[in-house]
Amino acid sequence: MFDWIQNSADWFVYDVLNLDKGQHLAEALNFFIYDTTKILILLFVVIFLMGIVNSYFPIDKVKSYLSRNKLYGLEYLMASLFGVVTPFCSCSSVPLFIGFVRGGIPLGVTFAFLITSPLVNEVAIGLFVGLFGIETTIIYVISGVLLGTVSGVILQQLKLERFLTPWVKEVLATAQRDQDTFIAEKQTLQQRLPIIWDEVLKILKGIIPYVIVGIAIGGLMHGYIPEGFFEQYMAKDNLFAVPIATILAVPMYSNASGILPVVQVLVAKGIPLGTAIAFMMGVVGLSLPEAMLLKKVMTLKLIAIFFAVVTLCIIISGYLFNFLL
Amino acid sequence: MSKTIKILGTGCPKCQSMTGVVKDVISENNIDATIEKVEDIMEIMKYNVMSTPALVVDDVITIKGRVPSKEEVLALVK
Repeated sequence: MFDWIQNSADWFVYDVLNLDKGQHLAEALNFFIYDTTKILILLFVVIFLMGIVNSYFPIDKVKSYLSRNKLYGLEYLMASLFGVVTPFCSCSSVPLFIGFVRGGIPLGVTFAFLITSPLVNEVAIGLFVGLFGIETTIIYVISGVLLGTVSGVILQQLKLERFLTPWVKEVLATAQRDQDTFIAEKQTLQQRLPIIWDEVLKILKGIIPYVIVGIAIGGLMHGYIPEGFFEQYMAKDNLFAVPIATILAVPMYSNASGILPVVQVLVAKGIPLGTAIAFMMGVVGLSLPEAMLLKKVMTLKLIAIFFAVVTLCIIISGYLFNFLL
Repeated sequence: MSKTIKILGTGCPKCQSMTGVVKDVISENNIDATIEKVEDIMEIMKYNVMSTPALVVDDVITIKGRVPSKEEVLALVK
């Protein structure tokens, strides 16, 4: 499927630039051109498809669906799945949180959405397919969705409503459950396409620098770190590798586009996939800037509990990955 | 009649670019309107929006969660 990209990269490096096959620089450049082109094409396709889904399932529809339907426990899974198709912007997390809770959606279900949304999104999926292949991508998406679902269920059991900030409690007490009169915009696909197209270009423009820098760093590491280098430090049977990787990752903040190409190289050099994915999830899913934003709606205690539960679930899924793969 | 345009957003990059687009449209077309930026989250929540930035023209929410094009804004404020 991607042969033509390899051929173009070969043509450019060996014929146009006239570099010799087997030369270090030539191979690195070839790898870089091939990887960047392939990943950008995949990103474009995935972001575009998700844009179409999102245009028909805007956040308001998700909310009214979740607050109107009795789903007998499935609502956690549904919220988590909706999180996958909804693009996440951390600056929307507070309005989203309040909107959900005010719509009568339980706190745990709201958390399920908030956890999965940044973790499994169009950018992460596009990069994953390009770097690790379809199979690993499917495993990642499923575990991301399950992670959100399970964390949501656990957080609901802890009855955390009392740890919301006074302001939110007041909003909830005064607002009667808003009657959801969500009217879907009746637009044809033709009317929607230009808007979706614009969004796709904006998202791509925003992440391209990160992707290119990420792949470049990955390419350099590829050339200089010997094969199997990490195996001595992070062997599969090292029990502490997963928790250490996860805890290191939480304070780090980077979007998936920068970190994924680096993780791919780490895996190629011997870090077990589960450990790498736990690290990934820690970086992308939990961040200090997000915690700062959430302080408006949650007390510090609630944020701490939230982060602790999600971190724990990430560690467990890291072990599972290493065990299964 | 003068229109009141409100931009709801906590100050993320998207909200700033929406403000830029709206300001450009207003000045380029000599439209009689006042622009107000609503950055306080408590105020924003009174409009019941869940994704920012949002554009409110004469107390009607017109655009949510994305940055509109100039043509779109012009059609809304005309």
